This record gives sequence, structure tokens and C-alpha cells, in this order.
Amino acid sequence: MRARVVGTLGLIAMAALCNACGTSAPPSSPALSGTITVFAASSLNAAYTAIGSEFQKSHLGTMVTFTFGGSSMLVSQIQQGAIGDVFASADQPNMQKLINAGLTAESPIVFARNDLEIVVGKGNPKHITSLADLARSGLVVVLCAPAVPCGRYAAQALQKAGVTVTPASQEADVRAVLSKVALGEADAGIVYVTDVKAAGTAVEGVAILPPVNVVAEYPIVILKDSQNRALARAFISYVLTDGRRILARYGFTNP
Amino acid sequence: MALPTRSHRRARPSAPLPIVILAGAGAAFFILPLVGLLLRTPWTSAWHELGSPEVLAALRLSLLASFSATAIALSLGVPLAWTFARLTFPGRSVLRAVTVLPMVLPPVVGGVALLLAFGRRGLLGGWLATTFGIHLPFTTAGAIIAETFVAMPFLVITVEAGLRSMDTRFEDAARTLGASRWTVLWRVTLPLVRPSLVAGAVLCWARALGEFGATITFAGNFPGRTQTMPLAVYLALETNPDAAIVLSLVLLAVSLAVLIGLRDRWLGAS
Repeated sequence: MRARVVGTLGLIAMAALCNACGTSAPPSSPALSGTITVFAASSLNAAYTAIGSEFQKSHLGTMVTFTFGGSSMLVSQIQQGAIGDVFASADQPNMQKLINAGLTAESPIVFARNDLEIVVGKGNPKHITSLADLARSGLVVVLCAPAVPCGRYAAQALQKAGVTVTPASQEADVRAVLSKVALGEADAGIVYVTDVKAAGTAVEGVAILPPVNVVAEYPIVILKDSQNRALARAFISYVLTDGRRILARYGFTNP
Repeated sequence: MALPTRSHRRARPSAPLPIVILAGAGAAFFILPLVGLLLRTPWTSAWHELGSPEVLAALRLSLLASFSATAIALSLGVPLAWTFARLTFPGRSVLRAVTVLPMVLPPVVGGVALLLAFGRRGLLGGWLATTFGIHLPFTTAGAIIAETFVAMPFLVITVEAGLRSMDTRFEDAARTLGASRWTVLWRVTLPLVRPSLVAGAVLCWARALGEFGATITFAGNFPGRTQTMPLAVYLALETNPDAAIVLSLVLLAVSLAVLIGLRDRWLGAS
């Protein structure tokens, strides 16, 4: 264990060194240090918090702080001058907004995928087995608003399935959909697999089959104004290697 | 809560310089965000954004919900304020604290609490649904209840302060002249506290108009049904920031007009 950690450390230190020579960034010392701020989509909250603490354990003397929020909200914050080093988005369009604004340092990399799932109350009291069931009359269904990624994906999946659903509410984010179902106010909603997993025993997930399902892609990138690119790069490579196991534990799939 | 008091006649005080500087900084703190909003407003497309059916639906719903919430707050809040001001009973201060709690409670928590009370599985909501078939979450009535919950405390504490500071000898005089308690309340007490009533109602209305957290949590968000202006602003921020700014300006203009108008007309501001 210790050997592996040291080995990883060495690799990343080498990577950091190499990057430092490759770009115009000032040469960094072999050991990583300092602090980075990571802007990450709300759905990454639990997984990234775990990755952050593992990363800090294997890179003593570094600190990773997170700002979690809706991807589009984070993009507006970065555009308004919020200082940070890394951005992890829950979808491609929001990442594209940052690229178009010239605020990224390099091309983003997709590090995880997230499937959609129908969320229902504990024990599935309304016996929902597919998207088609959501169109049943008398069923209270809540979806994300069309403006937010989970709403856009849900609309795509419903369209692919040829189902028309009249939601009782168009929630502002995926957590709100989840809590409406968990509290029993709504009978069903469409959320990410990771959300159902994070919600514990209050709710259950009903899988949406592959031809109809829509997969969310999560890209990550270093921000142009990063003051510690070496550490930012080390964090991203950690997400792409050891981080994948942690992400899988929270329900994400590998790209 | 700052209430208008009768100004004492005295010489105009000369202001010490530090006070002027700090007051200026305080004023700038409120003015700058407004200026920022005005500078970023896309004036050319503003009318186009305003004319859209979604915006009009949100505005209409906001006005309906905020005025309904104020009406409910007046009919329940004034008796509550009177009770707090005039009666002594055990647990009064605790009860008073509970009714003012929504002022400091994060509105989202208020929304969850409302769900636990009036939701489908809530304390009262389950009974309402099975007995009367009344469902409050995801309905306009739900949005009104959420706004009332958050806004009514502003009315209660304003009216209570007015009742406490009024001269009760007028009531005593009316009673000794043979007026019934009810007549005293209607003909003496309420007219005397009218400035507090108006101030409380206006504050309550303004708070209801801007309510976001409890509404979106308890009533959800559906255009034309529960999507009030603040909810529309929040969602537009995600996709169409220009529309969000225009919507915010409308909200600001409406509130500012009412606050300034009512203040000059009824509160005797000098």
C-alpha cells in the first residue's frame, strides 16, 4: 500500500515537472504543494469530497477545496471572475460555454458518465416499471426544468421512448426532484443513478433500458486563470486513475 | 423593526463627518448593485423579453399570490398581533418566537416544514387530501401558503409594535362611554394603529413578492401555476441571463413603486 502510494506520488510529481517544462508556467518544485479550488457539479458532491480527501492523504501538504453547484451556475460564476483552478461539469454544453469564453487552459477530458433512472418511493408503491408508466393518469411526476441538464436529458429519454408526461412541477435541480419523491409528494421522477444511490433507503431506482436511456458525460478541465496548474493537473490525473474507483462506488460509470 | 415615529421638533442636527462618510458607504452598498443591474440591462431587447407569455404569466401569478398572501396575513396576523400585545398567558413569548421564526429560518427549510405539515403525507395534508380532496403542493394555493408563511411575521411584529406603543387611554375612554369591545377594536384601536397596519401589510406584501425558497420547495415550479417571478428569474439565469435581468428589473420597479408610493401616501413620511 505504502509503496503504491509513494509510486503514485512519484509519477504525479514527474508529470508535474514535465508539464512545468512544457508550458510557460514557472518551474515548480518536485513536491506538489499549495491549494487549488475545484468547481464541480452538484451531482459530484459526495464522490469528489471523497476523492479530495484521498488526494490530500496521498499528497501531504496540498489542499483541495470544492465549490459545488449547478454546472450553469458555476459557469456564470467563473465568467464573472470567480477564481479557481479546475472545473468539472455535469454536461458538455456548459463546458462548451467556458471554452467559447476562452477561460479553459486545454481541452477537457470526459472522466465519468451517469445514467438516468426513474426514482420512485420506497417499495415502488405505484408499480412503475418503465418510462411508459409515467404517463399514467393520477400519477404525480416531477421532472427537472428543461433549462437544466437533468431536465434536458429526461426530455430526450421520454422522446426516445415516445412517452408524453405532464409533470406536476419542473424543479430547479435534480436534488429537488429527489426530495419531492423521498418526501412522498411525488410518485416518480427522472434523476441520475448516482442520486438514487446517494439518497439511501428513502427511495428506489427503476432502470431505464439502454436504447432509451440518455447518458450524461462529465468533462473536467484546468481553468486558464489557475495559479497552481501543477497541482490542478495532478488532481485531474488522480480523478482519471484512482478516482475512477471512488466514482464507481457512487454510481458513476467509466467513459 | 424601524417604524415611523412622530418627529420631535428640534434644530436640524449638524452631522459629524465620520457619520456622513459611513452613511454614504452604507447607501452606496445598496445603490451599487442596482446600478450594476441597470448597466447590464439589454434595453433594446427588454420589451421583447417582457412581452413573452411566460413572463406575463409569472408576473400575473406573482401579483395574485402576493396579494392573496397579504390578505391572509391581514386576517390572521392582526388578531395574532393583538393577542401578543394585549393578552398575557403562559407560553406567550415562546408562541411569539415561533410565529416570528420564518423571518430567520432559511426559506427552503420553511418549505420542507410546510411539506411535512401540508404535504400529501404531512400532519394535516393527508387528512385534507382524504377528507376534502385538497392537494396543496404543486398548486397556486400552495404558492400562496408558502408566501404567507414567510411574509406574515413581518406584519405581525409591525402591528404588534404599533399596538404596544399606542395610547390605550383612548380605548379606556371609549369603553367608559359604553362602547362594546368589538366597537372599540373597530372604531378606536385599528384606526389608531393604521400606520402600523399599512406598514406591516406593505412589508408583508413586498416579502411575499420576492419569496423564492419556500415557494419552490413547497409548491414546486410550473409555469402559470406555481412559477412566480423570483422562480422565473432563477431559472432564466441558467439559460437566458438577459431575460433574468429584465425580469429582476420588473420585480424591482414594481416593489420600489409600491414602497415609495405607499410610504408617502399613508405613513406621513417627511
